Amino acid sequence: MKHFYLGVVLTLSSWMATAELTIEIQNFVENPTSIAIAPFGWEGTTTLPENIDAIVAADLERSGQFRAVPQSDMLAFPKAGDTIYYRNWRVLKAEYLLVGTISEAAGRYRVTYELYDVFGQRRLLAQPIDGSVSQLRDLAHYISDSVYETLTGIRGAFSTKIIYVEARKAGSGSNKEKFRLIYADADGAREQVIHESDAPIMSPAWSPDGKQVAYVSFETSRAAVFRQELSSGKREQLTNFKGLNGAPAWSPDGQKLAMVLSKDGNPEIYTLDLTTRRFTRITRHFAIDTEPNWTNDGKGIIFTSNRGGRPQIYQVTLASGRVERLTFEGDYNARPRVSPDGKHLVMVHRHNGIYHIATQELVSGDIRVLTETRLDESPSIAPNGAMLMYATRYNGKGILAAVSLDAGVKVRLPSKLGDAREPAWSPYLN
Amino acid sequence: MGIKTLKHGLGLVCVMAVLAGCSSAPEVEEPPVTTPEPEVTESGSGIDDPGFVSEPVPEPVVELDTVFYFEFDKAELLPEARAALTAHAERLKADSRSIRLEGHADERGTREYNMALGERRANAVRDFLVLQGVSSSFIETVSYGEEYPAVVGSYESAWEQNRRVELK
Repeated sequence: MKHFYLGVVLTLSSWMATAELTIEIQNFVENPTSIAIAPFGWEGTTTLPENIDAIVAADLERSGQFRAVPQSDMLAFPKAGDTIYYRNWRVLKAEYLLVGTISEAAGRYRVTYELYDVFGQRRLLAQPIDGSVSQLRDLAHYISDSVYETLTGIRGAFSTKIIYVEARKAGSGSNKEKFRLIYADADGAREQVIHESDAPIMSPAWSPDGKQVAYVSFETSRAAVFRQELSSGKREQLTNFKGLNGAPAWSPDGQKLAMVLSKDGNPEIYTLDLTTRRFTRITRHFAIDTEPNWTNDGKGIIFTSNRGGRPQIYQVTLASGRVERLTFEGDYNARPRVSPDGKHLVMVHRHNGIYHIATQELVSGDIRVLTETRLDESPSIAPNGAMLMYATRYNGKGILAAVSLDAGVKVRLPSKLGDAREPAWSPYLN
Repeated sequence: MGIKTLKHGLGLVCVMAVLAGCSSAPEVEEPPVTTPEPEVTESGSGIDDPGFVSEPVPEPVVELDTVFYFEFDKAELLPEARAALTAHAERLKADSRSIRLEGHADERGTREYNMALGERRANAVRDFLVLQGVSSSFIETVSYGEEYPAVVGSYESAWEQNRRVELK
């Protein structure tokens, strides 16, 4: 049995009163898999603070690959396998059926869930899990992950987190903005402010172990790179150079940070060894070099440079210092990320004057524009490589949105209050 | 605010209108329609007090432009910035005052690239002042990228006003 115990508890942070992000699904895949998720049986007398089956249904729908059968259409609400009449589910054209029960003993909540193949009439999964009342959402995301992986063969990323920047007017009638760094579930729920400032916050980046975040803050009146431990809230200022101190990116082994510094007069890529505290200059060019990101093997850094006249993506091999241009299509390609399988670049790509998120297959060089929105930026890929989150503008506000890497699934996460921007998707945390 | 500044302001509006007219603007939202605030005038009655003025009237100080604009994805000074910057340079050499040059970009493109662009713009203004004889030790440059727009909005005239260096 899988037990949940308190994982990362954020201190020096506050819960926000209302959910900041909501979810609107624009596009499903062409033939989403139909899954019926019956209301989970609850043996207690109080009302549970979270609706587990609804969270699982929302998770699976947000992937774009599943459609949940409305509970109002269901002919029966079985709680376990022995009460399932498959014909009830076949008439609803449900391909799969998820049932479950929740019980409580001494403050621990135990959820037993079972997944059935309706047409094959067989059980695919049955597992009990337990956790505290504050972990009911974690239990739900865990169920979503296990159903998703069983049915698609791809590891689920519903238990992951995001960190993003929110800018909001300090008060009505005020021209001043408050900048907040926000930590939330991948669906935007349970957001917590992990840092707040009157000066801009930029470029959050997760450490590969998911325990720290690096970002840029202007709190000292100019840009500086900070890192912050998520569990304790402990912060450390890593740079204090004249000029640019920006775009931090952790090496895959977590030992180094790549960043941009202009201390020598020009924006160049450097690495900072977090143990020895030594900076190593990586690029040497009079053009703008910025937005570094490591290749998955840690042997190279991809970055944006306008050394060819316009911003394009380049890769430098750290051992040799050899620089190679990667993008050739279009006159603006910037802020690259490499997909987890190492086969694609994801970047901001200007097409007909409009800024979209695009992927480029590294071997063939084929570019594919994924988004139809405009002013799109800051793509961040889920650790399973299925979706990416990015920032765009919608109804005059900065919002987060998500799209699958094959462009089939599109989801918006509108922000209720401020401008949401610069999402950073966590690595796997469990 | 003297008449000179007003003229400068109008000149700028004209330049921007021409720019807006010439350029094609693909990612454009309509600018918001704003109703001007009603002007409040002092309507209380006051007594006419002639008084006795004995101090000499000081020579009016001409206010110089302190915001300099740039073209999209460019960090070269525009010719119209030169006159005001040359005048700034003369004053700075005279009073050895420290200044801060804050570089900004419009919202299009990526944030960190725009940080670099904002720095390039601030450096372009700094280099011009240094060429005019201002000591670089009196000049601090900082880039805010697209983080502090002068005008919020996704349309050409907002972007034009956001691609700037502010001399402070």
